[in-house]
Amino acid sequence: MSILEIKNLHVKIEGEDTEILRGIDLTVNPGEVHAIMGPNGSGKSTLSYVLSGKDDYEITEGSVTYKGDDLLEMEVDERASAGVFLAFQYPIEIPGVPTMTFLRTALNAQRKARGEEELTTPAFMKVVREKSQMLKIRQEMLKRPVNVGFSGGEKKRAEILQMAVLEPSLCVLDETDSGLDIDALKIVAEGVNALRSPERAMVVITHYQRLLNYIVPDHVHVLSQGRIVKSGGKELALELEESGYENFTEQAA
Amino acid sequence: MADLETVERVKEIDVDKYKYGFKTEIESELAPKGLSEDIVRYISAKKDEPEWMLEWRLAAYRRWLTMEEPDWARVDYPKIDFQDLHFYAAPKTTEGPKSLDEVDPVLLETYAKLGIPLKEQELLAGVRKHDEPSQLDDAGVPSYGSGKVAIDAVFDSVSVVTTFKEELAKAGVIFCSISEAVKEHPELVKKYLGSVVPQSDNYYATLNSAVFSDGSFVYIPKGTRCPMELSTYFRINEENTGQFERTLIIADEGSYVSYLEGCTAPMRDENQLHAAVVELVTLDDAEIKYSTVQNWYPGDADGKGGIYNFVTKRGDCRGKNSKISWTQVETGSAITWKYPSCILRGDNSQGEFYSIAISNGRQQVDSGTKMIHLGKNTSSRIISKGISAGKSSNTYRGLVSAHRKASNARNFTQCDSLLIGDQCGAHTVPYIEAKNSTATFEHEATTSKISDDQMFYAQQRGLNEEEAVALIVNGFVRDVLQQLPMEFMAETQKLIGISLEGSVG
Repeated sequence: MSILEIKNLHVKIEGEDTEILRGIDLTVNPGEVHAIMGPNGSGKSTLSYVLSGKDDYEITEGSVTYKGDDLLEMEVDERASAGVFLAFQYPIEIPGVPTMTFLRTALNAQRKARGEEELTTPAFMKVVREKSQMLKIRQEMLKRPVNVGFSGGEKKRAEILQMAVLEPSLCVLDETDSGLDIDALKIVAEGVNALRSPERAMVVITHYQRLLNYIVPDHVHVLSQGRIVKSGGKELALELEESGYENFTEQAA
Repeated sequence: MADLETVERVKEIDVDKYKYGFKTEIESELAPKGLSEDIVRYISAKKDEPEWMLEWRLAAYRRWLTMEEPDWARVDYPKIDFQDLHFYAAPKTTEGPKSLDEVDPVLLETYAKLGIPLKEQELLAGVRKHDEPSQLDDAGVPSYGSGKVAIDAVFDSVSVVTTFKEELAKAGVIFCSISEAVKEHPELVKKYLGSVVPQSDNYYATLNSAVFSDGSFVYIPKGTRCPMELSTYFRINEENTGQFERTLIIADEGSYVSYLEGCTAPMRDENQLHAAVVELVTLDDAEIKYSTVQNWYPGDADGKGGIYNFVTKRGDCRGKNSKISWTQVETGSAITWKYPSCILRGDNSQGEFYSIAISNGRQQVDSGTKMIHLGKNTSSRIISKGISAGKSSNTYRGLVSAHRKASNARNFTQCDSLLIGDQCGAHTVPYIEAKNSTATFEHEATTSKISDDQMFYAQQRGLNEEEAVALIVNGFVRDVLQQLPMEFMAETQKLIGISLEGSVG
């Protein structure tokens, strides 16, 4: 069974007329990494928000199925507990809440929702220590409030750490490469690659091909004006890098 | 771990005692309705007080007759008919609900969330008194063991209290009920009672002075660091303090004490009006840290039946280099009118006020502090976090003043309000008066809302709406939470979540 099945998805912003997504079809199977590339305004971020359940969007047509269930019927936190994770392009600050506390609260909330035992503090600490080492995150950083005063690189590493600790089935990465220098990009990509597994699927949304040198996708889709205008293997990303999005934009119009 | 469990149990039990701890002979006592000189005499006689105490009460009563109920606070409630109240009453005389079925289900839900066992719930909700059998025994509802557990816990608490008493006595600390102190330590009571909050101070304080029921008395001798945190959980007097609580704490030269008041479990109480007075005195180089968690019944969804809480709390840093620190967590009551204050009389004295005030539903909070700088080089710090949700109103009212001789007075005030939803109100009313040009007063204030982005972010990580709000609010109040004694902190975090349930969506 596929993890994610998007059929003829049409979406507009609530209260507005213009459609942002205009008939998306996409099937993602376990173990696959799909890259979604496209110019600004093509609807990439909208897709990530619709999958994670943000308000403000109206689905006018189509369906999204996650592991056989109607994803669009699920609340935001239900989706999270069911294994849908969104790595934010702009991670949100929560003043006064230490990152470690946030991680533990999130993990235990998900476990509770799934009817699992909460993790004990020592067990939790062990998990976090292992995963944060890989992402070169110092324990001191985890004591700081969620994303408050974090550098761009720290924010993105913290996102991937959350992903690693929560162990989702479907990871949606929204422009994870934005604001990263090359060293930070490598660390983040390593973290992501370590999470690749036969059971897990990823949808990597990016503007630039650069990220895909490090996170090598199985499939590449070009999104333009709310439609997937071309799909292919990883070589499609390279092709885009050379010729730009212009060809596809015209194609769509 | 076993110790912790015992402490937990004792806490639960003592919570019940707080309300139902009346001795049998008192249970039958009930003063006639209304307030008059005769009633004041009646109360004093019941407590077997010396003449001077009666005279003190009467002086307050006569003063009260000349006063008018203040109306400047941003709270709105029907006028209180003082002639329709009992000023000396035992709860047995008032009919409670017959079974848990009759108790407001919302209240029961809250108990369940705080992890209070069913039989304790009966007690807290007023269905049953300690000496009555539980109705749940026959029903076979699986609950927190049998009644025996509770009794054991009572014995436990007695032994804990005894140990406490011994240890305190060894240190020379006096910790008893104010009634006991009036008889046993009249010289201290005469010297300090009313010396911080005079009989004529304000309408409610004056009323309290005339009819106060009971409360705690603490004296820490010179150079003594109180060997443990004193808590109303372990108050040595077994009698109920009633609705007009009176507390007096004196820290003699070079001494230190930390005092904890209140409880996170919501309390139902037939006495709607509460008017307490708390007086703190620190002499040279002494320090008092006073922490409160208040979670009285806020009323039903329409605000009916909630407690009116008109409190006067004041500390006098009488000696040089002395310090008084107030920390409060206010989540209950229909109306809260409360301004724990510091008079910084001694040179180099310090005052602190840390506050979390949460209002939900139809609650009305008007709370804050006064820092009166009189001595030289005095400093004060105010951190206030107000959270309003539902249709509630939450006002911070604070005064910082430096008198003419108070050179180099310093104050820092940070006053943050957080709004949840669009039907609540938050107000900040700071009064700042500097009569000495060397004073440095800083005031920072912010008002914010929980943003949709924060909610979405937390929910995307798996928290439901209420968990997300609780997490964000706990972050917002973190600076103040950290001031609480450790054992209060975790409970308070839980309480904050519960207090805000139903505030979103």
